[in-house]
Amino acid sequence: MSETKIIDARNTYCPGPLMELITYMKQADVGDTLELLSTDNGTADDVPEWINKVGHEMVSSEKIDEVWHIKVRKAK
Amino acid sequence: MRILVVGGGCGGTIVANNLARRLSGEIRARKAKITMLSASDRHMYQPGLLYVAFGQMMPDELYRDQASLLESCIEFHVDPVEQFMLDQNQVKTKSGKVYSYDILVIATGSRIMPRKIPGLEEGAETCYTEQGAVKMFKALREFQGGKVSIVVGVPHKCPIAPVEITFALHDYFTARGIRDKVQLKYNYPINRIHSIENVAKWAKPEFDRMGVEYETLFNVEEVDVENKIVKSMEGSEDKYDLLISIPEHHGMEVIEKNGLGQDGWIPTDRFQLTMEGHDNVYVLGDTTNLPVSKTGSAAHFEAEVVAENIASIVKIGTPVSEYDGKVYCFIEAGHDRATYAMFNYENPPDLKAANKSMHWFKMSYNKMYWTSVRGLL
Ligand SMILES: Cc1cc2nc3c(=O)[nH]c(=O)nc-3n(C[C@H](O)[C@H](O)[C@H](O)COP(=O)(O)OP(=O)(O)OC[C@H]3O[C@@H](n4cnc5c(N)ncnc54)[C@H](O)[C@@H]3O)c2cc1C
Repeated sequence: MSETKIIDARNTYCPGPLMELITYMKQADVGDTLELLSTDNGTADDVPEWINKVGHEMVSSEKIDEVWHIKVRKAK
Repeated sequence: MRILVVGGGCGGTIVANNLARRLSGEIRARKAKITMLSASDRHMYQPGLLYVAFGQMMPDELYRDQASLLESCIEFHVDPVEQFMLDQNQVKTKSGKVYSYDILVIATGSRIMPRKIPGLEEGAETCYTEQGAVKMFKALREFQGGKVSIVVGVPHKCPIAPVEITFALHDYFTARGIRDKVQLKYNYPINRIHSIENVAKWAKPEFDRMGVEYETLFNVEEVDVENKIVKSMEGSEDKYDLLISIPEHHGMEVIEKNGLGQDGWIPTDRFQLTMEGHDNVYVLGDTTNLPVSKTGSAAHFEAEVVAENIASIVKIGTPVSEYDGKVYCFIEAGHDRATYAMFNYENPPDLKAANKSMHWFKMSYNKMYWTSVRGLL
């Protein structure tokens, strides 16, 4: 079981949280878990939409102290 | 204090020149020395490639001799680094020479990786290299009508380029009088048409007005060159007659080979711009792993912070400044209008309507760049 990779995309407007996630997803191995940190509220909808469309796995999504913590697993 | 700058592009040149001015006294007194190692004796103004791809600039207009851009006190060698020995504060170059430093600056940039996608190298045009931009122009010139599709890899430098290329295609085919025979289809990786929300909001009505079709959540997986179909990871297919691509980028191979960062992106502190775990190694420009646009503009603002901090370390033993994430990007909205986006870590860009004067400002900046990298602007 690999460690969770944290992607700190707080306070960024370009390329933005979903682009960051796509970058790191390409680097990850199947089965890896990635945790995206974002201060952009749109991320909470954007990420699940992409994850479901591509066929990866949503693990969890929660907002703690104004920061979204979104965990996903690379499925293919 | 020996300061070694690796990379003689946009970021490296600004850092070196800025430092040379700040440390002129120390350099004369032989208390500081700046050395630059680069992979080329020429410096390319990369944004000009966009104009080459539309026949508006010639490739030779994009270059200057690197040595001519540097302050005379900077020692410059065209001798690319092959080995980074960070624990010994040394690098080894292609010629076999070893350079020791007290402070290292890495600004080796990024490169396109079309070969990561099956079929993309053979199947698509791209303006991200000189050869590619010339080839793209020839393909556009020969194009008499049909569907032009645009695809975008992640990550890539110059995040504004996808919309700029699309606007330029519209204007180019309009000027040739064949716009009605050309279908333009823009495919973008995330769920709006640009990563910056306000750019997406601004570009959407422009696309609608120009009759540009768009699909979002489209990350290229494969190009079927024979049947001219580009397929996305998300499961959709786009049939094209001419494919234009902004390929995925990596940092330079030397960065990855030396274990400095996966895919050549070096883990960097977003405020200090030091490499994680190495306080005497500064990183700037495209090769950082920062969640910041890979642009000359970011490299420029980062370079100013890095130069200020290295100079203050030499003078008082401590850094004084932090990078606030500032980026300023011109956005060409076709061949005669432009706007701009300015933002930092805290403040999103607020976009104004495109106008002719911003376009002429950008055209002037294309020349002023050479003053800017000399550190005079
Ligand atoms: C088509 C296009 C359009 C663009 N438009 C814009 C725009 O409108 N606005 C904007 O701000 N930016 C734009 N950019 C992006 C901008 O050009 C880059 O982000 C910028 O050049 C990055 O600067 P850098 O110093 O990190 O890297 P570079 O400028 O690429 O310099 C890298 C340097 O490192 C050297 N090097 C490589 N390997 C080694 C080695 N092993 N040892 C020593 N040296 C080495 C190279 O020779 C080069 O001198 C555009 C880019 C392209 C391609």
